[in-house]
Amino acid sequence: MPGLNSLKKSIWVYHVACSPCNNCDIEILDLLTPRFDAERFGIVLVGSVRHADALLVTGSVNRQIKPRLQQLYLQAPKPCVVFAIGSCAINGNFFRKSYNIVGPVERVIKEVDPNPIIVYVPGCPPKPEAMISGVVKAIGYLDNLKKAKA
Amino acid sequence: MAALYYLIFPGFLFAAVAGLLTAWFDRKVTARVQWRQGPPILQNFYDVGKLLVKEVTIPESAHPAVFLMAPAVALSAASLAAAMLGVVNMNWDYTFVGDLIVLWYILSIPSIMIIVGASASGNPLASVGASREMNQLIGYELPMVIALATVIFKVGSINLGEILRYQAEHGPILYSVSGVIACIVALISIQAKLGLVPFDIPEAETELGAGVFMEYSGAALGAFKLTKAILLYTAPIFLITLFWGGVHIKGLGILWAILKYLLFVVLITLIRNTNPRLRIDQSVKFFWCSLTILALIGLLLMFLGY
Repeated sequence: MPGLNSLKKSIWVYHVACSPCNNCDIEILDLLTPRFDAERFGIVLVGSVRHADALLVTGSVNRQIKPRLQQLYLQAPKPCVVFAIGSCAINGNFFRKSYNIVGPVERVIKEVDPNPIIVYVPGCPPKPEAMISGVVKAIGYLDNLKKAKA
Repeated sequence: MAALYYLIFPGFLFAAVAGLLTAWFDRKVTARVQWRQGPPILQNFYDVGKLLVKEVTIPESAHPAVFLMAPAVALSAASLAAAMLGVVNMNWDYTFVGDLIVLWYILSIPSIMIIVGASASGNPLASVGASREMNQLIGYELPMVIALATVIFKVGSINLGEILRYQAEHGPILYSVSGVIACIVALISIQAKLGLVPFDIPEAETELGAGVFMEYSGAALGAFKLTKAILLYTAPIFLITLFWGGVHIKGLGILWAILKYLLFVVLITLIRNTNPRLRIDQSVKFFWCSLTILALIGLLLMFLGY
């Protein structure tokens, strides 16, 4: 993928709230405040999924939101990275046995795309520092991917 | 030669590089106003470079040809405006009758192409954005044209070259009461033309997502970003040409030119950082009532000789 080099330096994120309890979303908003200043790394919040390079998915995915999440993933222009933020997005947390939960973000995305790039940021909620660390790891992964292709 | 002017020096390539650097300057000043570090100097180049290699999605509801044509036409029109201004500033004889009016028409092509592209995308939010852009275009044209008329009547010519020559002989138009008023009116109208806060109503990201740019992705969005950057470079040069004696690229004149240019960019950035977004009705009312009256007062003062 030729765009990976610039993609590392300019990550436009789109916020997908899949029925979260709002804690992770508040932490994401904290990440975008002047205190952490994510724009230093070219990270900008965008309003349309067509502009997105990364989807920040929070919350345990339930039946109502599942088709929307899949559609949003398909609408995002590739290459695109999915960030599963918080325990709920990673494994469902304590909602995992609930009747309306269809599974973690990974399973839902893999139904429409077998080879997605998914980054996990654990925590309930994760700190903004943890999310920055997740972005750094994603960039490292993209680097490895490029070396493997070369 | 004309192709060279259009594609390389005052035109597309130079304007794109200068525009992207200006867009960085704008973001950096914004960051410092908000007490942050801000992005690195090449950030806007990374952004456009990334967009060029991303996937371009054409929505099912869109008209593909018009949808993809709009950003290309907008980009070429913005480059043409930059080239015209650059050439006339390099040599005052490279002018023709009415090029000021032609330039003002060319500068409105990007806005019209944004409306066309947004309407062709078939997205309801984009069409709301397009209707707002249209209202806004009608709103700011009136005071801006009166501000242009102030300059035209003072100089007695509709040639950019004549305007520059008049200012070289009689001093810049800005150094008079009517000139200051016309410049303020033009600056605020330019703010709306660039689609910056408080007039970013068509792309209001909190209500409309990305508004008019909703369905654009990849290279098409990149072309629109580049158009915006070139307009951000062209607009201050346009103001300097009309009101502040133009740009001289000989000797120390270039430093003075860069200072004038950066002053206008900082003014635009500070207006955008200190004002909340208006509603579309407030915006049109502001342009048609307050600003038009101010522009008419400026015109009247010019006829009285101030």
